[in-house]
Amino acid sequence: MENLIVTTPERTVMEHVDQPVEPPPADESVPACTFQVKNLSIWYGEKRAIDNVTLDIASNAVTAIIGPSGCGKSTFIRALNRMHELVPKTRVEGTVLLQGEDLYLNDVDPAIVRRRVGMVFQKSNPFPTMSIGENVVVGLRLNGVRDRKFLNERLEKSLRMAALWDEVKDDLHKPGTSLSGGQQQRLCIARALAVEPEVLLMDEPCSALDPIATAKIEELIYELKARYTIVTVTHNMQQAGRISDYTAFFYIGRLIEIGPTTKIFTNPTDRQTEDYITGRFG
Amino acid sequence: MTVAASILVEEHSARTRMAPASRIGDKAFEWLTLAMALAVVVLVILIGWQLWQGSSLAIKKFGFHFLTTSTWDPVAEQFGALPFIYGTLVSSLIALLIAVPLSIATAAYLTELAPPWIRQPLVSLIEMLAAIPSVILGLWGIFVMVPWLREYPFPLLKRFLGWTPFFTGPMYGPSMLAGGIIIAIMILPIITSVSREILRSVPDLQREAAYALGATRWEATRIAVLSYAKKGLFGAVILGLGRALGETMAVTMVIGNTPQIAASLFKPGYTLASVIANEFTEATTDIYLQALFEIGLVLLGITILVNLLAQLLLRTITTTSATRAVQ
Amino acid sequence: MHFERAHRHTWRKIKSGLASTIAFVSALLVITPLSLVFFHLVVNGAGSVNWDFFTKLPAPVGAAGGGMVNAIVGSLELLALAGAIGIPVGVLGGVYLAEYGSARINSVLRFLADVLNGIPSITWGVVVYGLVVLRLKGFSAYAGGLALSLIMIPLILRTTEEVVLLVPNGYREASLALGVSRWKTIVHIVMKTASKGIITGILLALARVGGETAPLLFTAFGNRFWNHSLSQPIAALPLQIFTYAISPYDDWHRQAWAGALVLVTGVFCVNVIVRILTRGRAASVV
Repeated sequence: MENLIVTTPERTVMEHVDQPVEPPPADESVPACTFQVKNLSIWYGEKRAIDNVTLDIASNAVTAIIGPSGCGKSTFIRALNRMHELVPKTRVEGTVLLQGEDLYLNDVDPAIVRRRVGMVFQKSNPFPTMSIGENVVVGLRLNGVRDRKFLNERLEKSLRMAALWDEVKDDLHKPGTSLSGGQQQRLCIARALAVEPEVLLMDEPCSALDPIATAKIEELIYELKARYTIVTVTHNMQQAGRISDYTAFFYIGRLIEIGPTTKIFTNPTDRQTEDYITGRFG
Repeated sequence: MTVAASILVEEHSARTRMAPASRIGDKAFEWLTLAMALAVVVLVILIGWQLWQGSSLAIKKFGFHFLTTSTWDPVAEQFGALPFIYGTLVSSLIALLIAVPLSIATAAYLTELAPPWIRQPLVSLIEMLAAIPSVILGLWGIFVMVPWLREYPFPLLKRFLGWTPFFTGPMYGPSMLAGGIIIAIMILPIITSVSREILRSVPDLQREAAYALGATRWEATRIAVLSYAKKGLFGAVILGLGRALGETMAVTMVIGNTPQIAASLFKPGYTLASVIANEFTEATTDIYLQALFEIGLVLLGITILVNLLAQLLLRTITTTSATRAVQ
Repeated sequence: MHFERAHRHTWRKIKSGLASTIAFVSALLVITPLSLVFFHLVVNGAGSVNWDFFTKLPAPVGAAGGGMVNAIVGSLELLALAGAIGIPVGVLGGVYLAEYGSARINSVLRFLADVLNGIPSITWGVVVYGLVVLRLKGFSAYAGGLALSLIMIPLILRTTEEVVLLVPNGYREASLALGVSRWKTIVHIVMKTASKGIITGILLALARVGGETAPLLFTAFGNRFWNHSLSQPIAALPLQIFTYAISPYDDWHRQAWAGALVLVTGVFCVNVIVRILTRGRAASVV
């Protein structure tokens, strides 16, 4: 279970968008990518939401998943921390490796997976019964951390990382729902960061926010990728172009194309990708 | 960036401090809540089994005659439940005759006709009426309602309707009619509030269609709303009937508690629930107690049947309105 | 022709007005008993609600004065017993229906709970008499508390289910995504978010069984004195009101009115609290 986040030379290379992507190294023992998804298919009852997707997700980079609504992009990122299992009658085929470990083995506890792979949702959802402070450390508290000093340190650090500390440090006792929409979303990011995940999944994190709040979150995403692997779903093409290093285009449950964002946006290989990006459908 | 870098120093601190997630806790909690939810199954079995068990001797001894004979003589150990079944049905019927028109008219007033500012206070008052304990209504019944009935409405009824068999004979006060009226008061709130829900679930499209044809407010209510909600309103009435049949304290206090089958509503009567309430602690012999258990069984059977019917009627309403909402 | 149509129109308008008037009068008639009961409770009961009423045991027959302190305390004890069983079973059962369970199992359980809610309360008295009183050979506070708890269970179960289902899924997801286990999510996030609604359901159930007499007649039985052991008969306010009301003594009738006024005030207070609570909920959880 113990995985050190090591900044291997391969990975620093991948951080820079302007550099060409290196193929995964031949050495099997050190995966170059945080996630390796192989032949993943997901069914909701009879309906196939994800159809045989194979892709790698680069570490310490932002990967954006784009595609028209209903293309399975949300299902896909939920499969990365097994959140899609909350829908009854789901079935999964294929493998998802996180740092080389299969998330879907029988003895893997989804709760442990979710601690390693945090998630931020479309609609900000701070717990309404809790204060700002309680919201940030609730993940730690409910996972058995009792040490007050530690919790306080974590509280401040998480809020600082989420660029929210200066705005709320005097109001930590106020309800989390008293914040503005953008602040609430950053609170949710702080809450996810507090349990120290390795990966941050973001499911359209800005779709409910105004442009100024969106800009703040985008800035934050840029800062966070130094430390986290980030996978974000977005329906906003410009946003994908601004924040991501890699872009994957999904269509009707299939992965059509993945590559460095600059390439996908300027010179896509697939006709469908080009049509979507230029706004001809979707 | 610098913040993130400084944090790298104490890597994994949170993760090592967190308790390992355990699926045992999850399973245990699910089983615990399941066990509690199964309490409803246990209770249903328990109530049926206990009443059956408690009355098995009586059932064996009296058989079907228990339901069809009208002698209730604990000393001679003769037990027939017919007067109680009769009393229960007649008092509930009187209650429905009074409560149904009032309740449905009130529900229609609340959803369709009343000015908006009056609606919420009125609903609150009706909820308060529902909250009055039965025994308190009975107390009021004994000391206020029954004497008043005997003084004014009963003589009037006798004078104008005395030619029918229902309003003849001496007027003592405690009577089948008084019992029916007190039950009516008790079931007014439930029929009103369920009917109100039903009427509220009628889609606005129905009303608009009627208004578009130039209907007046009342015509729209009658044609578009009431006829549309007929089945649900019937369900509400049956639900009220279920409550009426099992009503105990208030009825016991005003119905007169005499096991007889008489046409005149001025005469005292007795209900299934009342005889249990009055005689259970006096039942000195086994067979007497058994007979009372059997009365309980009969009451349970009748109320469950009536409630099933009500649920059936109300369920189809709610499911159809739900599917309508989805479409 | 034209005139006739106008005439018809006027008649239809009059009919509509008439119908509205009849509906209004019906609504007045529905709330008339409430105001009358309340009026007579105050007129007949207020005079006897005094310090003695809350501090003294019932006076013997023929002696004026006395109080109902044993019945008030007895009612509270019975409610505590009933709550001790009914609240955990009802709340956790409701949580099962809202959070776990397949649609089919849940619809069966929900249906049975509704059936139970329609069963006359006196039946529970008979059942508990057979189960407990006959076996332990005596009326007791335990038996009374149990009878009340059995009435509470399906009530609380249904209200809990309803309010837990109202908690938006986003909160469950947010908690699970933090690696919090499902049961801790349910207890610390979902139930906490729904707590106002759950408490409302509990209070309403307590108010309802607090006024119940029928299930106590042959379980708790009543007691003119203090109850010293829960395995002994115990007094309850509604029972005492009933006993006094059907007695032939004027002194007791006055006490019955006073007791009724106190009981109704208690029940109404709970309803007012509930109203305030639900108003708050509408604002906080949407």
